[in-house]
Amino acid sequence: MSDYDPVEVTPLHADEVARMEAGALEAIKAADTLDALKQARLAHAGDRSPIALANREIGALPPAARAEAGKRVGAARRAIGEALAARQAELEAERDARVLVEETVDVTLPWDRRPRGARHPLTTMQERIADTFVAMGYEVVEGPELEGEWFNFEALNIAKDHPARSEHDTFFVGSADSGMVLRTQTSPLQIRALLERGVPCYAIAPGKTFRTDELDATHTPVFHQTEGLAVDKGLTMAHLKGTLDRFAEVMFGEGITTRFRPNYFPFTEPSAELDLKCFVCRGASAVPGNPPCRTCKSEGWIEWGGCGMVNPRVLVACGVDPSVYSGFAFGMGIERTLMFRHNAEDMRDMIEGDVRFTLPFGMEI
Amino acid sequence: MRVPLSWLRECVDLPAAVTAQEVADQLTAAGLKLESITSHGHDVKNVVVGEVLEIEELTGFKKPIRHCKVEVGEAAPREIVCGATNFAAGDRVPVVLPGGVLPGGFEVGARKTYGRMSEGMICSERELGLGDDHGGIMVLPEGTPIGADVVELLGLRDDVLELEITPDIGYALSIRGVAREVATAFGVPFRDPAAVEPPAETEQSWPASIADENACDRFVLRRVTGFDPAAQSPLWMRVRLTRAGMRPVSLAVDITNYLMLELGQPLHAFDGAKLTGPVVVRRARAGERLETLDHVVRDLDPDDILITDESGPISMAGTMGGLQTEISEGSTDIVIEAAHFSATGISRESRRHNLVSEASKRFERGVDRELPLVASWRAVSLLAELGGATVQPGVTHAEVDVTPARIAIPASHPGDIAGLPYSKETVVHRLEQVGCVVTDGADPAVRSGGVDPTGVVTGGELAARLAVTGDDMITVTPPSWRPDLTDPNDLAEEVIRLEGYEKLPSVLPKAPAGAGLTEGQRLRRRVGRALAEAGYVEVLAYPFISADDFDRLQLPADDARRRAMRLSNPLAEDEPLMRTTLLPGLLKVLVRNAGRGFADVALFETGAVYRPREGAPSVAPVLGVERRPAADELASIEEALPDQPIRVAAVLAGEFERSGWWGAGRQASWADAVQAARLIAGEAGLELSITADQHEPWHPGRCAALYLGDTLIGHAGELHPRVVEAYGLPPRTAALELELTRLEAALTGPVDAPAISSYPIATQDVALVVPDFTPVADVEAALRDGAGELLESVRLFDVYAGEQVGEGNKSLAYSLRFRAPDRTLTVEETTAARDAAVALAADRVGAHLRTS
Repeated sequence: MSDYDPVEVTPLHADEVARMEAGALEAIKAADTLDALKQARLAHAGDRSPIALANREIGALPPAARAEAGKRVGAARRAIGEALAARQAELEAERDARVLVEETVDVTLPWDRRPRGARHPLTTMQERIADTFVAMGYEVVEGPELEGEWFNFEALNIAKDHPARSEHDTFFVGSADSGMVLRTQTSPLQIRALLERGVPCYAIAPGKTFRTDELDATHTPVFHQTEGLAVDKGLTMAHLKGTLDRFAEVMFGEGITTRFRPNYFPFTEPSAELDLKCFVCRGASAVPGNPPCRTCKSEGWIEWGGCGMVNPRVLVACGVDPSVYSGFAFGMGIERTLMFRHNAEDMRDMIEGDVRFTLPFGMEI
Repeated sequence: MRVPLSWLRECVDLPAAVTAQEVADQLTAAGLKLESITSHGHDVKNVVVGEVLEIEELTGFKKPIRHCKVEVGEAAPREIVCGATNFAAGDRVPVVLPGGVLPGGFEVGARKTYGRMSEGMICSERELGLGDDHGGIMVLPEGTPIGADVVELLGLRDDVLELEITPDIGYALSIRGVAREVATAFGVPFRDPAAVEPPAETEQSWPASIADENACDRFVLRRVTGFDPAAQSPLWMRVRLTRAGMRPVSLAVDITNYLMLELGQPLHAFDGAKLTGPVVVRRARAGERLETLDHVVRDLDPDDILITDESGPISMAGTMGGLQTEISEGSTDIVIEAAHFSATGISRESRRHNLVSEASKRFERGVDRELPLVASWRAVSLLAELGGATVQPGVTHAEVDVTPARIAIPASHPGDIAGLPYSKETVVHRLEQVGCVVTDGADPAVRSGGVDPTGVVTGGELAARLAVTGDDMITVTPPSWRPDLTDPNDLAEEVIRLEGYEKLPSVLPKAPAGAGLTEGQRLRRRVGRALAEAGYVEVLAYPFISADDFDRLQLPADDARRRAMRLSNPLAEDEPLMRTTLLPGLLKVLVRNAGRGFADVALFETGAVYRPREGAPSVAPVLGVERRPAADELASIEEALPDQPIRVAAVLAGEFERSGWWGAGRQASWADAVQAARLIAGEAGLELSITADQHEPWHPGRCAALYLGDTLIGHAGELHPRVVEAYGLPPRTAALELELTRLEAALTGPVDAPAISSYPIATQDVALVVPDFTPVADVEAALRDGAGELLESVRLFDVYAGEQVGEGNKSLAYSLRFRAPDRTLTVEETTAARDAAVALAADRVGAHLRTS
């Protein structure tokens, strides 16, 4: 064990510590890059730095002197450490500011490497309608497009010689008396729903339908309808009205109600034409003096579809006892609904498959 | 049906202030929907009656020109230049004065023409909007007051309502029927134009009989002689006919048409001089023919209803008369026929001969059975009054007994249907307004014929099934003009519509809880979304295709897809087939888009194809409707229908990934099509097995068969270059078609949640050399099977072919990731698993580890 001479431990002199601290702070201040600061940290705060070496000498002091020397060196080391941290933060901020600016890109550049497609609005419209009724407890019913004549006509009380039959411009399959047609309406799905599910029956049935119309702006030989059917005990026309009012609101917004006008369909009795309050002018354009409305042609109402109470003859053909059950049914054109809900003016756009028409409709309608 | 308001007003006491629009609104609310209102003469002004005082013929012009002095009741006569020559001095004529306006807003002023002043214009019928006659000036009857307002005098002003008449209400195809609805709607008296009493007669006017009671239940003939064939129809009649949409022809024809429009009873006029012997209503005999008024010789069907005399057929009942017995310019002896034919019979006859006439339209919708005696009487009366004829005494009246329908309902029935109670008084009152006779108690009668005029069975068992019973029954006998009222609900509709549909409350019913969409429906939506998100745009192509499409698709002669259902009346003659594949429609839409400047295009369609079943019957029976068909009856329809599975198909061409400032894009290829198939199967939670196949219309070397287990569900790949050429597609167009119905059938239900291991992954890469014809799918399957349970995933990260692996070979670089659920794997374990994987690949496909 060697002797020690406190006088000889010069690094612990107050002046010396102060000098070391000043030197360190000077170097830290002078470091103008993170690398330079790293060097300064090594030189003035590293294991071999004067202050670290001085710290080790504390043990050589007589116990009485240690506390004071320790306090002095500790304060210096703290000051150096704080200066280092501050300078580090300063230099990092400077670096970030500089580098991130250098890395700036043009965020307006396009990146449409794989453009998204879209679903056809007639499909998504059918889904939206289905969803509306599914939420009311209905189920979605499907059936063949190439249909038995019995389902498309007879069972719906459209006998062979009924004048209403000639109003359906029917596509016949095979020979004219093959008993098979392309369904002219979604109404045969009423029959299928009742035969397959029995009663009570709440069914919504969107689908493809066919009539021998030439394609033009408002006609297409292949089009879409949705059928709705409810058969249960005690159903009335008031229930039909309530259902369609709800449907209209869901599709077109609050306050958009429906209006019934007497009409004739063989498969409903009583029957009604279904009008929708114009959701653009909300009926205002029909009042003289108000601005005209293009959507409803200033009539205040838009023809939407047909409806009525299921003709008891239809129930009988499906084996449902009309003295116990009653029901209502309704139908409307999907193309037509799309036309006025989305201002689509030409039906040809819906069938030609031009991607420019379909893309804006996206995934849901 | 076009209804001049002035005509309507003759039958209804409508307040004068009621407008055409108000009438139309009421009719629309009653179910007779307004199509349009055409106004006549509202713009006409300053047209007065003038007397031609002097005529000076001007010469030196290309056509005769007259300068006339016309007295119009003013201080001095007017000077008017006129190009017509059919009038003489002293005639009374309509004159439009300067400042006056003719129909269409045509203003007339004073001007100089042909060197003279002309202060107005002398008018023809056409110029006044009265008809098509422009043969000359309209000469008014002598004594017409000079200066009188022609608008008032001739009834120029009128509004014509065009109404859409639904097929059930034949009675509304007449002024009489519409007027009855208007009277009810406005609560004003109705004056029935059929309320005339023909004199009681005992003699027959012409011998006639009904031979087929199912064809006709009332047949009436009346006769006039001494008719003046030169007699003109009066102006009022011609104007009304024209405005109601019929062309005036001759007085006799115009009278029959006028009465048909007014009453709804079709009438036929025979030339009495051309009839031979007794008239019989019967069905046609085999081989009979008739030349009809339209100069078409028609081969008659044994089901056709005919009017015949000793010479044979003379008229197709209720449809069109025969040419031989037609009245002509010289006819003086006229026999008027008014009858009530079977609605079904006329409907069939009209359809069979593709011959729709004003008469057939009315008969097939139901004509008032009580009209023939009245309508024929009014016809002969008018022939006498306007045509100078003498009505021959006697009337021929053959008829068949018919029991009118009587329907019993509880008085509450209409309210039960409406969901809005009506008092018994209201129900009875409304039914009486319709024309029904209502009595207390239940006393129904089923029509003896068992078939109502629109061909609907009403007899027997069905009537019993439709019967409604309850307390406070009433029995309703519908009026003769409402043969459509046969069922309890028909009566309910009458009450509800007259009370007003707008009064129905709006009540949301409580449906039982539903089960939501089916798994199949959900899957179709997911597939649609997935494809759209992946860049495909949905189209809905027509399902009509041509046999040429099968050739364009290069399908072999025996390909099942060539067997297609055929339309007997296609819209386009060259596309009579129902699609058996979705591709032709999609390819045509692709070509259309490319032609419109969108060459980078990816499309898809989800829809049915129609595949005839082997050995299916060619006819689907048309079953009865009086009960639920038995299961085997329903099955007999289904057997004839083709299989109609739902498919999804996609086509793509051009850049599937776009080129841009970031660099080159990537052309759509077979691989995208196959990947889309994987995507679709993925939406079903299923993984496809993919094998190389040769299947038209795909490229034989770039065609993938898509399997679920052993079930083939479709194909994907690049199209055959010949298909590309045949459709004019962009090069290398790729396509996919698979059967969603089969995918749906394979849905496996809920996914089992995996157990997630938290132990570290161990990765081993291997490069395998295999012959280059070896399907990668086989190599991967071998690695998976060989690696065993510790394998977490296999990923092919490089494919290399070149010198280093030898000609005819390729090198496949795989990354194998191993993990155990319960421990950290040792190097030994993973190496052993890798070696086992490689060994099985060596065994199955001859793979060996790449050494260099």
